[in-house]
Amino acid sequence: MPQKRIRVLIAKPGLDGHDRGAKIIARALRDAGMEVIYTGLRQTPEMIASAAVQEDVDVIGLSILSGAHNTICPQLMNLLKEKGMDDVTVLVGGIIPGADIPALKQAGIAEIFLPGTSTQDIVEFINKKHAA
Amino acid sequence: MRELLQPEPRLRDFQMSDANKPSTPTLPATEKFPTKRAPSPQEKSWEQNTLAPVLQKNPERQAQFTTISGHPIRRLYTEADLTDWNAGTQLGFPGEPPYTRGIHSTMHRGRLWTMRQFAGFGAAEDTNQRFRYLLSQGQTGLSTAFDLPTLMGYDSDHALSEGEVGKCGVAISSLADMEVLFDQIPLANVTTSMTINSPAAVIWAMYLAVAEKQGADWKKISGTLQNDILKEYIAQKEYIYPPEPSMRLVIDTFEFAVKQTPKFNPISVSGYHIREAGSTAIQELAFTLRDGMEYIEYALRRGMNLDELGPQLSFFFNAHSDFFEEIAKYRAARRIWHKAMIERYGSKNPRTWALRFHTQTAGCSLTAQQPYNNVVRTALQALSAVLGGTQSLHTNSLDEAWALPTEFAATIALRTQQIIAHETGVTSTVDPLGGSYFVEALTNEVESGAWDYIRKIDSMGGMVAAIERSYPQREIAEASYRYQMELDKKEKLMVGVNDFVSEERPLDILQIDETVTHRQAARLNKLRADRSQEAVTRTLAALRKAAQSQENLMPSICAAVKAYATLGEICEALRQVFGSYEEVAIT
Repeated sequence: MPQKRIRVLIAKPGLDGHDRGAKIIARALRDAGMEVIYTGLRQTPEMIASAAVQEDVDVIGLSILSGAHNTICPQLMNLLKEKGMDDVTVLVGGIIPGADIPALKQAGIAEIFLPGTSTQDIVEFINKKHAA
Repeated sequence: MRELLQPEPRLRDFQMSDANKPSTPTLPATEKFPTKRAPSPQEKSWEQNTLAPVLQKNPERQAQFTTISGHPIRRLYTEADLTDWNAGTQLGFPGEPPYTRGIHSTMHRGRLWTMRQFAGFGAAEDTNQRFRYLLSQGQTGLSTAFDLPTLMGYDSDHALSEGEVGKCGVAISSLADMEVLFDQIPLANVTTSMTINSPAAVIWAMYLAVAEKQGADWKKISGTLQNDILKEYIAQKEYIYPPEPSMRLVIDTFEFAVKQTPKFNPISVSGYHIREAGSTAIQELAFTLRDGMEYIEYALRRGMNLDELGPQLSFFFNAHSDFFEEIAKYRAARRIWHKAMIERYGSKNPRTWALRFHTQTAGCSLTAQQPYNNVVRTALQALSAVLGGTQSLHTNSLDEAWALPTEFAATIALRTQQIIAHETGVTSTVDPLGGSYFVEALTNEVESGAWDYIRKIDSMGGMVAAIERSYPQREIAEASYRYQMELDKKEKLMVGVNDFVSEERPLDILQIDETVTHRQAARLNKLRADRSQEAVTRTLAALRKAAQSQENLMPSICAAVKAYATLGEICEALRQVFGSYEEVAIT
């Protein structure tokens, strides 16, 4: 039986329009054999959670450079819990001060990837998390 | 007023990507060696007798040396690289066509570039304090960073502003906030740049209202409005309305500027953001200049006179890490613009031909790792901008891969410019690199590559047409992916990140306190209580009516602003007439 491809939702929450990183990650994950859906810009946590359910994804990757992560992440995690999507791996990439990382992980964010992370590191992390 | 949000995903934005074919990023044709080159007998002798034996014993460190953009660089440049080059026509003299050496005959000997540090965070009073601090430390112009809600035309208390107020720039929701922002700053004596695009006309109206209240003469005030919507669709993505109404708004500001504020630049046609999105240097140059030409063509269709408008157009480039590629880019920019103004538009005014630009060092080159290295990066990038003949400069702070700058970091960034200006001696002569075989050859190559792109966009029907086909967006996505692959494979290094890694130490960074949101909410409630609701309703209705007609919108926007209609209310009124824009995402 063929191995099911890992399904990833790459999302840009909030007002920020800087999408260079999100688009690169989307393409790198696709090249690594995952099925990738990119939401486009200016998604609310509600829109992201709905999309995650609709697309039945294994992983959500959030790209946040705006400093709004302490608002957005807890909101999204609550919505995912409400929708029974507890087992989705949620990752965050972007500009996240070190001091904010423990609270984000407490809220259920699996990993935070800071500027300078290689695409291989992200691919490896996801593959390891979702190994058959 | 909090809007109800529809939590439906926009299904048409989604792409189910094909996981079967891994993609290989392509290199554009502009990043290849030009074919024509005729080495002299002496050069051939050097190659055979001096070079070849060395290469035999010690091969070079890399098979090929390329710029960060992927542009190939030769081992040695000689007169063989300039066989078609004519100093008289292609180099010329500073202050004269083709302006390769600079737009003024004395350049930085006559006047240093404006030291204009981009600043903004929190509420207006917080940024006002930073503005006054930077001026006290010797910066010579102001530059305003607005927060994301302001950039997107939302008031601080809008539902979509939650978590974003004051985080990326200053929160400005009304004329009242603008008045606080420029408290104790005489707009008659200080020039201000405002990095604002979709709501630029509204923010500008607020600035003009503050100037008027201060008694400053609109005919004399000077500054710059970024107001470059085309690059939003291409790169920065802070658009509100679709392209046609957005271009209409931009041309309205041009008309207003020519008549009312002759010393003000109503636009800063920008390549900075295009480069930050991952384009090559040639793409940055070509897309920026072609954007400039698009604005001119829209202005001409409106019946404007290029030679009246031209002197008020300004530009904004990135200063990225490849030192000489950047210098070549700035020199090529001036030469291309002059040629385009004369050949494409028949311009007769030398002040239209002379391209004036602001530069910012590359934010995307800053690292979160070993942040003090960023001081070095910024200094070298700033130096290239100075050697390239910039009129104005912002230097990034060491902590900007983590947060907005602390006062400490912002001070070092300013001192960087002051040291270049007063200690290095590079300002003692105009265009010090002029006549260098390398710099002149590279300038030619960058110019040639840019013209290829410009002609390609022409053949698509212009820049708006190219954007609608996602052409520049695709080029940028490709270039950015290629560079990332090079980093991942360590074909290109980033010190402290993919090599020369060391243990990290924590950095003190700027915290934006959450009380900003509450302060703004309270301020907005007070504003709505104190102002005349009748005046707001009337001016907004008049604005909507004007938007539906061909009228220049600046007077109605000014009226609404003075009635203390908020930014959000004004932008929403325009949204009701113009609609909103959603892009087709390209990965």
